[in-house]
Amino acid sequence: MPRTRSHWMLPLLLALALLAAACGDSDSSDGDGADPGADPGDATEAPEHPEGSAMAEIQDAGTITVGTKFDQRLFGQTDPRTGEVEGFDVEIAKLIVEAIGPDVEIEFVETPSAIREQAIVDGTVDMVVATYTINDTRKEQIDFAGPYYVAGQDIMVPAGNPLGIEGVDDLSGKRVCSVQGSTSIENIREMVPDAEITEFPLYTNCADAMRDGRVDAVSTDNVILLGLVEQYGSDVFEVVGNPFTTEPYGIGIPKGDDEFRSFINDRLEEMFENGEWAEAYERTVGTVAEEIPEPPELDRY
Amino acid sequence: MDVVVDNLDRIAAGMGTTVSLTVVSWLGAFVIGIVVASFRVGPIPPLRGVGTVYVEVVRNCPLTVLIVVFYFGFPSIGITQPAFTSAVIVLSLYTGAFVAETVRAGVNTVGVGQVEAARSLGLSFPQVLGLVVLPQALRSVVGPLGSLFSALIRNTSIAYFISVVELTGTAQQLSVATSQFVPVFLAVALAYLLLTLPTGLVVGVIERRTAIKR
Repeated sequence: MPRTRSHWMLPLLLALALLAAACGDSDSSDGDGADPGADPGDATEAPEHPEGSAMAEIQDAGTITVGTKFDQRLFGQTDPRTGEVEGFDVEIAKLIVEAIGPDVEIEFVETPSAIREQAIVDGTVDMVVATYTINDTRKEQIDFAGPYYVAGQDIMVPAGNPLGIEGVDDLSGKRVCSVQGSTSIENIREMVPDAEITEFPLYTNCADAMRDGRVDAVSTDNVILLGLVEQYGSDVFEVVGNPFTTEPYGIGIPKGDDEFRSFINDRLEEMFENGEWAEAYERTVGTVAEEIPEPPELDRY
Repeated sequence: MDVVVDNLDRIAAGMGTTVSLTVVSWLGAFVIGIVVASFRVGPIPPLRGVGTVYVEVVRNCPLTVLIVVFYFGFPSIGITQPAFTSAVIVLSLYTGAFVAETVRAGVNTVGVGQVEAARSLGLSFPQVLGLVVLPQALRSVVGPLGSLFSALIRNTSIAYFISVVELTGTAQQLSVATSQFVPVFLAVALAYLLLTLPTGLVVGVIERRTAIKR
């Protein structure tokens, strides 16, 4: 009865995989714990939380489930060798959980864009850190702490920027590439009507076309562009670093839990100030970005 | 339907691109088809081999794969063509393989006696093929060639894969910009029918005019 077997084998394998992932994560957060160890009071003893709060519950349970992307370079991507998920979102999640309790283990689960609200609403995850743009439609279902990063549509050019493209206005009359059906391409069409637009199904198609000299620039969210720079090499492409739209990334939590939200916001503020945020950025996005940006302004609504 | 009416100029421009892709590619495909068919029915074994390999390889690969390999892959071996040219080359090569097979089928309908008679008159192989066999062969396959032409019109939609904004590409752009998928794609389906249905009628007329009266 092979069919019956596969029915119970699959969840078992998944559970094992998750267990392995969780163990791996706790290992690495132990390793990271050495850094903030310099910061007194945080890592040494368990912090006190108000009774009945989400933080107290998580601390008692000893584990937290965090949703993130598994396929977004630099923010949340599984390392094919170790199976661990790595990136800026993952680092931010670890820094927040550390403040809930240094012994709390994080279980990362994959939350692709389309299911993020649902995963929070139905309790699959305790919070979502997944290149999650704060907007009003989403705020009807969930709440956001943060932002902890502000992405925006930017421009990628060949290394050395031979045409001297410094911003969106310089794209007029240039050959610009983006992905078919994206909002990025509609933005270009609106903002630079005389740009010569080329569109392909994939971002890597645009990158290939630029490498072969068929287009002058590629434009989409800077996060995706930085990922392309990492993939192709910083000797091939560079990002102009002058975003012309704003995408504030927040941390999604269940709607109405204001206590949890202000706890996360306080913790974000703390790591903006003590340099932990900048260190996390440097370790991840900073490997390809030119300079560390200023931390964003928190939106405590 | 406002979306369609407001954007008739863009749809017409897309249709224009589809038509020029079709016409130029058909000319290329026809020449390639005749040459390859001649190879395959000819007496020179190496050329027969080349013809067979060409037809079997090209005909049995998905068009999408061919166009992506040509446009994105060939620059690494020093062949970089603009998108429109690339689309025309790949569509010609692809359709050419089918034309070759169709023409070869037509050649097989020409009686052996015709060839023997031409040879006994002292005509060379190229003369036999060009003056005696092909004219008769083509007349017998007008219908199948018409089907290939119609297929080519529809196959040009693959050019949007490499950024040539033809009819299908226009539809994608308009539907994303307006979020009105159904009216846009219905209009584009209609536009394709405006191109393919008259083609069928014209092919029917040519078929009747060129029919071999026995």
